[in-house]
Amino acid sequence: MTSRYVGLFAVAAAAIVLTGAGISAQEAERKGIPAPPGHVFKTIISGYEFRSKETRALQDDDLENPGFLAVERAADAWKKVEGSEGKSCASCHGEAETTMKGVGAAMPKWDDRLKKPVNLEQRINICRTEKMKAEPWAFKSQALTDMTAFVRFQSRGMPVAVKTDGPMSPWFERGKQIYYTRVGQLDLACASCHERNNGKFMRADFLSQGQTNGFPTYRLRDQRLVPLHERFEGCMFDVRAEPYKPLSDEFLALEVYVAWRGIGLPVETPSVRN
Amino acid sequence: MKAINRRQAFALGGGFVMLTLMPMAADAQVTNDAAKWIEKFTGGKAPVKGKISLDLPEIAENGNTVPLSLSVESPMTEQAYVKEVMILADGNPNAGVATLMFTPLSGKAEASIRIRLAATQNVVAIAKMSDGSLFTEQKTVKVTIGGCGG
Amino acid sequence: MADKPRIKLPKEAAKGDVIQIKTLVSHVMESGQRKDAQGKAIPRKIINKFACEFNGKPLFACALEPAISANPYIQFNAKVDEAGTFKFSWTDDDGTVITAEEKIALKA
Repeated sequence: MTSRYVGLFAVAAAAIVLTGAGISAQEAERKGIPAPPGHVFKTIISGYEFRSKETRALQDDDLENPGFLAVERAADAWKKVEGSEGKSCASCHGEAETTMKGVGAAMPKWDDRLKKPVNLEQRINICRTEKMKAEPWAFKSQALTDMTAFVRFQSRGMPVAVKTDGPMSPWFERGKQIYYTRVGQLDLACASCHERNNGKFMRADFLSQGQTNGFPTYRLRDQRLVPLHERFEGCMFDVRAEPYKPLSDEFLALEVYVAWRGIGLPVETPSVRN
Repeated sequence: MKAINRRQAFALGGGFVMLTLMPMAADAQVTNDAAKWIEKFTGGKAPVKGKISLDLPEIAENGNTVPLSLSVESPMTEQAYVKEVMILADGNPNAGVATLMFTPLSGKAEASIRIRLAATQNVVAIAKMSDGSLFTEQKTVKVTIGGCGG
Repeated sequence: MADKPRIKLPKEAAKGDVIQIKTLVSHVMESGQRKDAQGKAIPRKIINKFACEFNGKPLFACALEPAISANPYIQFNAKVDEAGTFKFSWTDDDGTVITAEEKIALKA
């Protein structure tokens, strides 16, 4: 911390300062999709539209997009035999390009046996422990995030199509409750930034709708792929709240609900974000 | 790069601060070893402004990954080509960023890389031609610090 | 670190064409400026040199410093006067070298 910043912070307003001036021109350029009736947004807009042209360019070129390093690593891991059953992902699922098409777009999905929704990370680890008899991958491990991105990538361009009715509805409601609950020392809910103030600056950050269609996403900040629940954790940390645990029921419920907020958006994994 | 800054900043500021763009370019006091790099590369000869086109975002969304493209005017023949281009960042802990080495086989003296900028600062390119002549160009890049992506 | 580098260039070119080559390699590019959770400096570990040669002749090279982003992306050009092989190498601080090769043909 250099001393030159200190003065700036000393004069800072203690509370949140949001500015919206001068962004209307940018707003007009942000393309989205019309939301279905009863949705919270009129137009559902991918986080891509909120990023600078340089960041968008990184995502647009499959060679330049560093997220593809992960996708390619996982394409090899897909065929790698692990565990006591002598199986790889490919042993059961064959070519991911066909068998995994659409799978990631519909996650999290209800699991009848577990009586709860599971997301892609959990589904991958269920396969590993139950079918392959291999060790589960730790959350945030490169291997798990790579594979999650690889499977999601097979749905790239397909609309987010999470189901929220039937047994999913209590999870949807729980997620909604979390989304609108103010937490942490800064007393902010997800909605404070991503619903009420998207398209505005909060400090140096240009707020998006907080959509999940690009996850796991290559974050410039981290210079690696970041899974969704790590981003959830980061948001909670930023508002100085005690984050829920990755893959907890709370974050699962939130994932279900936030996926619905982006229903119909094309999957962009591996996307590039700030 | 400076991962502790944000948290320390919170402690000092006691909350969020609107810090969209810090107009730090003007004070750009060079505190790193840029001069040493330049001296070593040029041998003390002053480069002339020109011949280089340096493309950087005016505002970098994140200082960890800033795209940089450059091209240098040159026929790129055995008789006349760009030998080296040194790229420096005058506000990073260390000024050195990269030194590009071209040959007539390169066809064009053009390259793109991605660089890290710790704060708002100047990025400087100095090209050394096959005849020993030196050219320079620089751009100021504003680096946003202090958001959720900071 | 045994990830395959990603390289993009045309499969063929007309004699005298200047082609664009894009490369991306997986590497953390640890700058040496960061500290771990215990406050201990994380030692520098970067790719410090990239080089490309064509049919054994140097074509382009790049000395890299810690100010290069993780997963280094390097784009440059090549003048193609004959068919042949591009050899690429990325040299790590620890001495290991990642290598790759790509061929190009001349358009008939």
